[in-house]
Amino acid sequence: MTSQAELDKLIRGDYAAGFISAIESDTLPPGLNEDVIRFISAKKGEPAWLLDWRLEAYKKWLSMPLPTWAHLDHPPLDFDEVSYYSAPKSMADRPQSLDEVDPELLRTYEKLGIPLHEQEMLAGVAVDAVFDSVSVGTTFKAKLLEAGVIFCSISEAVHEYPDLIKPYLGSVVPQGDNFYAALNSAVFSDGSFVYIPKGVRCPMELSTYFRINEAKTGQFERTLIVADEGSYVSYLEGCTAPMRDENQLHAAVVELVALPGAQIKYSTVQNWYPGDENGKGGIYNFVTKRGVAHDNAKISWTQVETGSAITWKYPSVILRGDNAVGEFYSVALTRHMQQADTGTKMIHLGKNTTSTIISKGISAGRSSNTYRGLVRISPRAENARNFTQCDSLLLGDTCGAHTFPYIESRNPSAMIEHEATTSKVSDDQLFLCRNRGIDPEKAVSMIVNGFCKEVFKELPMEFAVEAGKLLEVSLEGAVG
Amino acid sequence: MLEIKDLHASVAGQDILKGLNLSVKAGEVHAIMGPNGSGKSTLTNVLSGRDGYQITGGQALLDGHDVSELDPEQRAHAGMFLAFQYPVEIPGVSNLEFLKASLEATRKAQGKEPWDAVTLLKKARETCKQVDLDPQFLKRGVNEGFSGGEKKRNEIMQMLLLEPRLALLDETDSGLDIDALQVVARGVNSLRSPDRAIVLVTHYQRLLDYIVPDHVHVLAGGRILKSGGKELALELEQKGYGWLTDQEDAPA
Repeated sequence: MTSQAELDKLIRGDYAAGFISAIESDTLPPGLNEDVIRFISAKKGEPAWLLDWRLEAYKKWLSMPLPTWAHLDHPPLDFDEVSYYSAPKSMADRPQSLDEVDPELLRTYEKLGIPLHEQEMLAGVAVDAVFDSVSVGTTFKAKLLEAGVIFCSISEAVHEYPDLIKPYLGSVVPQGDNFYAALNSAVFSDGSFVYIPKGVRCPMELSTYFRINEAKTGQFERTLIVADEGSYVSYLEGCTAPMRDENQLHAAVVELVALPGAQIKYSTVQNWYPGDENGKGGIYNFVTKRGVAHDNAKISWTQVETGSAITWKYPSVILRGDNAVGEFYSVALTRHMQQADTGTKMIHLGKNTTSTIISKGISAGRSSNTYRGLVRISPRAENARNFTQCDSLLLGDTCGAHTFPYIESRNPSAMIEHEATTSKVSDDQLFLCRNRGIDPEKAVSMIVNGFCKEVFKELPMEFAVEAGKLLEVSLEGAVG
Repeated sequence: MLEIKDLHASVAGQDILKGLNLSVKAGEVHAIMGPNGSGKSTLTNVLSGRDGYQITGGQALLDGHDVSELDPEQRAHAGMFLAFQYPVEIPGVSNLEFLKASLEATRKAQGKEPWDAVTLLKKARETCKQVDLDPQFLKRGVNEGFSGGEKKRNEIMQMLLLEPRLALLDETDSGLDIDALQVVARGVNSLRSPDRAIVLVTHYQRLLDYIVPDHVHVLAGGRILKSGGKELALELEQKGYGWLTDQEDAPA
């Protein structure tokens, strides 16, 4: 298994039986060079400054080595085997009905209680009129507009709101931040843009879910959220159902800007294809997520990660302003041969800044689950506080859990607390449940859900219920 | 209801039960007493199907069915309940959530009407009061941070809600003060009925002052050495176990 193409073939053979069609036209041949970037930019009709920005990123990327510090093991990625532009699939190329979709995928949808028309959407079935979401989407957009909230694709925003994009794009995650962020900056396909005006409390949870039909954003997604002074927004990303996705490599970038007094709550549920139990296939997810919190601002990341063969993700907060607050709540579940190296960075720059990190790692099968976190207190961050809690739960004895907490404090007034535990679902707990009539699978999912409770309560209500169900489905077969 | 015939069982390769016979009929309360290491807890664990407890000979029949053919949860569905000597904690899973899962699965398997959320909460609160537990305990994690006595009362609370036909209580009296003992006894007594049976495993006669058994058995060396009425317990209290086990060649 050395080349991207071979890996791709493996995924397709196993997971997606019967619904992947041959390569479409209007897809660039694999490989990356300046012409490819010019082509992408031209396709999107981008202004010159953005093309230059992309090319600059590309130059930086060329000089950067592939990062190898993570506790991850995968065959080398060949970036010349990836195609960097693919036009949206035409209706004819998609599966024509659910009958053509992997029954395993459908079974999961059923268990999660996903309505039929949504199943079609998630599985990428060709449906022209997208049911009620059109009307839902319309009323939704009208309501947002009334509040002055902008919620659109980033391509659209580049044309419609250049004054908002230009100063903020790359302001949190610069082009040359890291290898994958540089690659994303050079070739990003699309993503979401959100702007909340001063003092506005966004009237609803913003969810990519509403945009799912237009959100065929591909593997290099880019999201930018700007919350102006004193505003509030809760943004939900992803979906509890596994997404049909033919891309193997994902390198997304998410930037959050919380201006003074603003609050951003960003919740993610990620359930991409994790590969089979022998580690065949699955998505490689290399994501850079970071937010800047100005004076009195608050950024809260909540993530539930159960998918992907490889997860490399550290949603971080730069606490730039005084009294800024950063939070990170995470549940990462790995099973089969999944590998997750995930955590956060809390960079305290302002005075009286506080951060909270709650990380729950659950490992099953032969998987590897790593928490990696950095808490940095800068010299001028007087009275900074951090609380970190990392708990690992092991199911079985063939999986691994690792914790790499880094603490750099350069101010003596800092208060930093770190707690870590590792536990196993005990036979006694299981037996108690079974003795009370609860079958072992339900029992394990209940115990694991209990373990994750502190994180789930941070999720928006509906998401929390779904996340619980998702764990249940993901844990199937993890016992015994 | 429960028919145990020449039961042999081992734990970690060590033979603990060595030909145990016991017959429990509906409506009866049996007390099983015996010295430490005689196999009392092994008996309840074998009956409820705990991993690691192997039946090596004989059989235990519940309503005529060999229990070894049933998974632990199936035994629960068949009406068997074990009140644990050391109830384990399940952090983050609320008592109420746990009860809901337990009752849903059990009532479904028994073909009973499911309880809606309101009914469940109402019954659970009432039952809490019955065993002198603050209903606030329903919101706390299962046994999480409970005192020893609270854990035992929590077990009895679950038992009363599940209404088992055969309740096995493994040293439920251990670690209880006299007030808590009375509360637990009251709970157990309220379960007594002509169609149910209760098997109490205990070290001490004290519990039997409050839950008066129909039959008392002395278990030693993996076998029932002597059976009698409630007066046997009093005799044991006075004489200890020595006079019985001394008759054995190899006491446990």
